[in-house]
Amino acid sequence: MLLKPTRRRAASMLPLLIALLLAGCGDTNVQDVNHTPNMLIPQGPIALQESNLFWMILIISTVVFVLVVSALLYSIVRFRARPGMPEPTQTHGNTKIEIAWTVVPSLVLVGVLIATITTMFNIQQPAAPNTITVNAVGHQWWWEFDYPTQGNSQKFVTADEMWIPTNTVVHINLISNNVIHSFWVPELGGKTDVIPGHDNEMWIQADRSGWYRGECGEYCGTQHAHMDFLVHAVSPSAYQAWVTQQQQVAAQPTDALAQAGAKYFAASACIGCHAIDGVTTTDQSKLIGPNLTHFGARKYIAGGVLENTPTNLAAWLHNPQSVKDGVDMPDLGLTNDQINELVAYLDSLQ
Amino acid sequence: MAVGSVATRSRAARRSWTQSAIGSWVTTTDHKKIGIMYIYTAFFFFLFGGVLALLIRTQLMTADNHLVTPEQYDQIFTMHATIMIFLFMMPIWTGFGNYLIPLMIGARDMAFPRINALGYWLFLIGGIILTLSFVFNAAPNAGWFSYAPLTEATPTCLTQATTTAQAAAAAAAQAAANGGQGCFSPGQNPDFWIAGINVLGLASLTGAINFVVTILRMRAPGMTINRMPLFGWMTMVTSFLLIFALPSLTVASMMLLFDRHLGTHFFQASQGGDPLLWQHLFWSFGHPEVYILILPAFGIISEVLPVFSGKPIFGYTFVAWSGVAIGFLSFTVWAHHMFAVGLPPLAQAFFASSTTLIAIPTAVKIFNWVATVYGGKVRFTTSMLFGLGFVSMFLIGGLNGAALAVVPFDYQVTDTYFVVAHIHYVLFGGSVMALMAGIYYWFPKMSGRKLNEPLGKIQFWLWMVGLNAAFFPMHILGLLGMPRRQYTYPAGLGWSDLNLLSTLGVYTIAIGVLIFLGNFFWTMMTQKRNAGNDPWNAFTLEWATTSPPPVENFVTIPVVRSRRPFYDMKHPEAPDWKTEH
Repeated sequence: MLLKPTRRRAASMLPLLIALLLAGCGDTNVQDVNHTPNMLIPQGPIALQESNLFWMILIISTVVFVLVVSALLYSIVRFRARPGMPEPTQTHGNTKIEIAWTVVPSLVLVGVLIATITTMFNIQQPAAPNTITVNAVGHQWWWEFDYPTQGNSQKFVTADEMWIPTNTVVHINLISNNVIHSFWVPELGGKTDVIPGHDNEMWIQADRSGWYRGECGEYCGTQHAHMDFLVHAVSPSAYQAWVTQQQQVAAQPTDALAQAGAKYFAASACIGCHAIDGVTTTDQSKLIGPNLTHFGARKYIAGGVLENTPTNLAAWLHNPQSVKDGVDMPDLGLTNDQINELVAYLDSLQ
Repeated sequence: MAVGSVATRSRAARRSWTQSAIGSWVTTTDHKKIGIMYIYTAFFFFLFGGVLALLIRTQLMTADNHLVTPEQYDQIFTMHATIMIFLFMMPIWTGFGNYLIPLMIGARDMAFPRINALGYWLFLIGGIILTLSFVFNAAPNAGWFSYAPLTEATPTCLTQATTTAQAAAAAAAQAAANGGQGCFSPGQNPDFWIAGINVLGLASLTGAINFVVTILRMRAPGMTINRMPLFGWMTMVTSFLLIFALPSLTVASMMLLFDRHLGTHFFQASQGGDPLLWQHLFWSFGHPEVYILILPAFGIISEVLPVFSGKPIFGYTFVAWSGVAIGFLSFTVWAHHMFAVGLPPLAQAFFASSTTLIAIPTAVKIFNWVATVYGGKVRFTTSMLFGLGFVSMFLIGGLNGAALAVVPFDYQVTDTYFVVAHIHYVLFGGSVMALMAGIYYWFPKMSGRKLNEPLGKIQFWLWMVGLNAAFFPMHILGLLGMPRRQYTYPAGLGWSDLNLLSTLGVYTIAIGVLIFLGNFFWTMMTQKRNAGNDPWNAFTLEWATTSPPPVENFVTIPVVRSRRPFYDMKHPEAPDWKTEH
């Protein structure tokens, strides 16, 4: 009995409570690479419409919850059995009331349905024509981003990081030749599944520059937890500069250690799975590892499992299996010298 | 002479075996004994699945935790759901139905007693198959809905002796890159799932047919279908759902079996198959399945709330037919599990509409339950507390479920912890709370003993606090972008505190389970069978016979004139049949 008034108060404060919790949870600075991917602090037009729907449902749900639970609490307190209480009237029902409480929720639900379907059609197609296209390819367990030839811009391939210009519609083709994945950037919009044999597509748009955490939204095997990526929204001019840089073939290393690493890379098993433009010749689409042409500039290694620091990269090369259990890359039995050379080389690939 | 005497001896031996302590259970076709065996076995699996839940929550208690490996975690979360759904919730409802339906409708047994026994033993075999998968370190690990092509393999890759899982994965990736067939589950994990699920499906099917025939053909004289207890209605609807939904699962899992072992490619896109075919087939079983798990709970609540409010159910006809409406509509909503797969917008609009529609009969039921309590004489027994807890917690599960029908919002939260929150408010806050209401209510009938009420109330409050601490934060985790089915998560994303709270909530539930077990053993060992035939002043026929009831249930089959036949017997001055309409 003691807890019941508390429960009622908690119920009426539910939206406030949730808002407070959400505001208090984690870092919301979008310039910080590792901030909370909070879908209720939307950074693009799709996420904005989706979060507006959430607030609408939260308010309706809270009202319904408070009304029903209040009625229930009132009933059990008011009509609790007491000594000497007469037997209650044996009511079997009341058709009029029952019709009323069938019709009223139906009307509310129809309202929600109209908002749902309107918003759904609104976000299917962008208001502006798409200006850039990216192919997002899901692998077990990392993301490849192909920027196809468009306009005067030559194609290039990268991994784990997708840069986009702000205030620009980005059209994304979703491709998988293995299992089902799902492309999801909570701050920019909901997810769309990446399904073998289905050419799904979606669009996103970021309103302001920042790093947005992307995740695989469909369980895809052992390392589903480490299939993250970053969307980096930058000004259109900064985007152009990045594209120009990405279109370059790999830089020639200058220091001796990195040169030794380059030599070892080109002569070792690495090229069986990884491409480096200007170094390797195998068609990227036949290779199962990420393209490493500009690896040194990336923030994370292997689907977000580690930050891209020399120490972490050395640990990864030493034995990928101990870092990311089940990953395709085997323990290559590299010596410490080979690892140091490769780290120097890969970090030089800016 | 010699031959004859051997025959006589073996007949005598058979009789004594069937009358022995174990033999009388193994060979029984009595619906009550079979029901009890279902309940005990299913409850064992509840504890098993609960231990897996504790492992999941302990792994997720802190960021970057390495208590279990990712391979173990995948088996644990898959088996937690598979066990809770197929080995606990479904069979325990079959157990309750078995025990109660013949008693409630005034029958002497189920329509097909031997098939009834067969159903139990098939369930046990299915449970053993799934449990054995752990022994072979090949427990199903692709999630309880086993999405293809993650579960796919080819006969060739299954027979190749790959040295390590890593080598197999690399080979699969290479094959896929070259446009070949994928081999993403080279282990036997999906095969255990297929075998277990199909044996269990057969068990459920036999039970469902038995219930339908029993309910439609064996009601006591005068008990028209409109006078049947609501638990009977809900069991009937559930049984029809099983009969019509299970074939879809059987077909899908057989196609997967053929893909893996016979080289077909129903779900292999590179060979012209379609992974989405699996999802359509699975969910056209899977959504009715959710109602298979919750409708019997509706039935129990519709028995418990009236008795402890001292009034008949408010709006019997609405409650009964809203259950039927839910049953029909449950076959039209399956693709709301698939809003993110890229269906045409018009199809999504259809499934959003049907899902919204199914919320209406559900809302009607909740209002009727509240109205049942209103104006009554409310007795706060443990059973009633669990019943009231069910109404408020299932309400949350209904509201966050309706939110998932809001398609654009669903794009965001599908496959996140928001969905995990929803399903646990429905299945734990709903089904399991109702189950407890039912256990505390019918325990005196089944055993002749009352469970300890103060201990039951402690359990109730631990569960209310625990389940809200465990599952409410999951909503917020979903909104903060945490996907489900991750074996770990990084620190610094704002997810750690909520995960810790959720884990502590689950531990609180576990303490409640221990108290329940203590209560059960204490009651069984120390209490006398003195609960009486009608300890709750109840309304339905099962209370008109002894506790526990004799073989064949009733000395004489009662004649029924209203929905509350036992109330009529106790109130000849004002029976229901004079006022009911």
